[in-house]
Amino acid sequence: MSAALELKDVTKIFGSVKAVNKLNLTIEQGECFSFLGPSGCGKTTTLRMIAGFENLDEGELYSGGKLFSSSYKHYYLPPEKRDFGMVFQAFAVWPHMTVYDNVAFPLKIKKLPKNEIAERTEMALKATSLTKEAEMFPQKLSGGQQQRIALARAVAINPKVMLLDEPLSNLDPHLREEMRFEIKALQDKFGFTVIYVTHDQAEAMALSDRMLVMKEGVVQQVGGPLDIYNDPANKFVFSFIGLSDFIPVKVKNGQIFVDGGEECGPVNGDIPKNLDPSIEYDIACRPSEIDFAPDGVRAQVVRRTYLGDIVDYLLKIGNVELRVQKPRRHSTAQLGETCHLRFNRLLWYDRKEETASKT
Amino acid sequence: MSKAVKVQKKFGMAEVALIFSIAILVVVVAVPVIMIFLTAFFKDGHFNLAGVVEVLKQKDTYLALKNSLIIAFGVTLFSTIIGVFFAWLLARTDIPCKKALNAMFMVPFMLPSFICAMAWKVLLSPRSGYINKMLMAMFHLDSAPIDIMTMGGIIAIETMYLFPFVFLQVSGALERMDPTLEESARISGASLWTITRKITLPLVMPSIVAGALLVCLYSLAHFGVPSILGVEKGIYNIPTKIYERIYASGGSYEAIRVGTILATILVICATLILKLQNVVLKKGRFQIIAGKSMRPVVLKLRGMRWPLFIICVVYLLLTVVMPTVTIFLIGGLKTYGLSFLPKNMTFANYAEVFQMKMTRSAIWNSVYLSTLTAFVTMLAGVMISYVIVKMKVKGKFILEFLGVLPYSLPGTVIALGCILTWSGKFGINLYNTAGIIFVAYIARYMAFSIKSNSAALEQVSDSLEEASRSCGATHWQTLTHIVVPLIRPGMINAFFLIFLPALRELTTSVLLYGPTTRTIGVAIYALNEDGETVRAAALAGIALIIIFIGETFIKGLLARLDKTKRSA
Repeated sequence: MSAALELKDVTKIFGSVKAVNKLNLTIEQGECFSFLGPSGCGKTTTLRMIAGFENLDEGELYSGGKLFSSSYKHYYLPPEKRDFGMVFQAFAVWPHMTVYDNVAFPLKIKKLPKNEIAERTEMALKATSLTKEAEMFPQKLSGGQQQRIALARAVAINPKVMLLDEPLSNLDPHLREEMRFEIKALQDKFGFTVIYVTHDQAEAMALSDRMLVMKEGVVQQVGGPLDIYNDPANKFVFSFIGLSDFIPVKVKNGQIFVDGGEECGPVNGDIPKNLDPSIEYDIACRPSEIDFAPDGVRAQVVRRTYLGDIVDYLLKIGNVELRVQKPRRHSTAQLGETCHLRFNRLLWYDRKEETASKT
Repeated sequence: MSKAVKVQKKFGMAEVALIFSIAILVVVVAVPVIMIFLTAFFKDGHFNLAGVVEVLKQKDTYLALKNSLIIAFGVTLFSTIIGVFFAWLLARTDIPCKKALNAMFMVPFMLPSFICAMAWKVLLSPRSGYINKMLMAMFHLDSAPIDIMTMGGIIAIETMYLFPFVFLQVSGALERMDPTLEESARISGASLWTITRKITLPLVMPSIVAGALLVCLYSLAHFGVPSILGVEKGIYNIPTKIYERIYASGGSYEAIRVGTILATILVICATLILKLQNVVLKKGRFQIIAGKSMRPVVLKLRGMRWPLFIICVVYLLLTVVMPTVTIFLIGGLKTYGLSFLPKNMTFANYAEVFQMKMTRSAIWNSVYLSTLTAFVTMLAGVMISYVIVKMKVKGKFILEFLGVLPYSLPGTVIALGCILTWSGKFGINLYNTAGIIFVAYIARYMAFSIKSNSAALEQVSDSLEEASRSCGATHWQTLTHIVVPLIRPGMINAFFLIFLPALRELTTSVLLYGPTTRTIGVAIYALNEDGETVRAAALAGIALIIIFIGETFIKGLLARLDKTKRSA
């Protein structure tokens, strides 16, 4: 079976900016694949090229073994011929049509027999629990319901590939979580391939079989959610996926010291063999991977905040600040106290390398 | 399934639409304008600036220019003061009967100003004005106390019927303004008076300026009022001067050339005004528009409540009711000059309007020309604005440039351009036919159509179209199933925005009509000029009825569309 989507050297240029730069990617049938990255990283542009709303400036795009776009052969299949389903961030339900007509529209365009249109529309409405609202107009419905119309409309044509462009970012948080499961359930039921664009790493983690992290048009890493979380390719990916601490360090006599907090003692952990002595390093760690311990590097508790089940700490080692998050049971350190820390899963990065955001 | 479009074939629907749109604007708008400039600046194939200077040095053209500017300035100033005052009074105070007053303040917008000028002339002309005669009898005066046939009179009458431009802009802005902007000033301790001065007025300033410049643009190139009140007394502005020159000489080339030079000045002024408007709107475009539910702070007028209400009512009685009643009464007189006693009244004049060949054909001409123009211009506007707003196509900037052009072309200029373009110079001679009025109307009202349709199209988010494409609909299917149904209110709005003014059009048609192609406006004007005041008034009365029915009809239609959309 050929891949659901195959991108070869796909490039898009806006003016002098390379919005997407030589993207190579293969997405298998039935996969749930996310494009993750900060706004302006090129993920939506990539999706729009897959959908056919943007042409490629360079490269080729195949779906199911068939050529869809090629800059070399000057070939371009218009969006309406690609048979993809698509859901937009702003819902894009047509205000002048009822819920039913919105969902039936793609089927009418295909000129399917009347009874089949009715059957498939009702099936799609049922799958998205919109049967009761079928004869209503979209403005009367909530944001969640409007997005369900868009989902039903995309599902109705029974697409091989479903493109979702930040479909949940206009919804409020608890609804977002609920819809996440609904999308997953729809995928299980209909078996389409999902391409999901988002800037929310938790959403991408929860949904995807595999994902791709992008920055300024360039792919940073492709892999399963756990691989990316545990084994990030670079400092950017590490800081973009979840919370992160970066601590400047110095290596002295085979021991690690916090740069600016040498008097607090050495940090536990192994020193990688391949360190370059000419480079200044940061060690990186997830706030949840730092434990309070009877011994280890000394830190001062500057701020202690309850976040429900977990406690968020701001600590200081010398003059370096870091965050630690612990379940309430393990959060014995009090405000103003001195505590000892043990680091797990340390990663080493060049201090000059860029992060996604300041932590 | 390899029916895909090859990209190499660079000629899709977008390119065809673009070229067609450009072609329409070039033929209808650009060529006439270029012809005006060519005629103004070139003589026998040579650039001729001396000729231009010579024309401008002539006393009467120079005076006409000066008058145009003075009138435009005065009308703009007074319209702004009156428009802002009434808009604020109705939107931000507790004046009684707001709804009724709001509706009534829209009426001056409907009234053709030249018909009202006729009414005012009947009432206040120095020799035979009814009010003047009455006042003279009452106070034993030797001469008429009020002379409407002066610069002041022209400014006053134009102001009465142009101030709604400001009123509409400002009351719209006040209505849409986010009330929390004012509420937060109030919570900071500002009094309502301070809020009005420091918050409300500055925030609606862009709307005030936009309305004022619209008035200025309109007044600068206005034909009707000055021709009825001024020409008899030798007061000309640019449009009436052009008309006089051309008619006095029987349409000679030299007169037309003088006309084109004056027209060029109009175009330059109009372009400057529009530039200014763009600058103001761009600079002052605050985001003051909020959601739906708003309960703005209202100034309690207390003791001033009823006196101010009476001022509003008196103003409306004077500017709306009195002229309208006068027109209908004059139209019912057996002979002009008699007093309005039952024995002097008759319906014969009204019946005659439908019997006389000239008036009958004028009504027919106006009705079918307006309908046709509105329809064609509306459709062309949809296409042009679609290309401008929605399409990604190379060469769009040409269309964007041409699309702005109609805004800056006063009716007189368009008429002159059409005479130059469509009198056989390019193989097509439409002179003295309805065709030339038709093309002139298209040029004149294209701006309305593009504006209304672009506004509607901008409301349609791109993703609505993309959703349709991803559902398998072609570009064309998307247009017919999604875009057109969504912009239908904008299209209907455009139709009536063109149909109603075209119905009573005078400025352009007066330069273009032939023996069998008089429009309602021209017929009224001509009858009045020939001293047939009573017949002119009767036709004007019937025109008012047609316009009133038309207005109410759209209001009803648009309200119904709005309702179905909202209940949706």
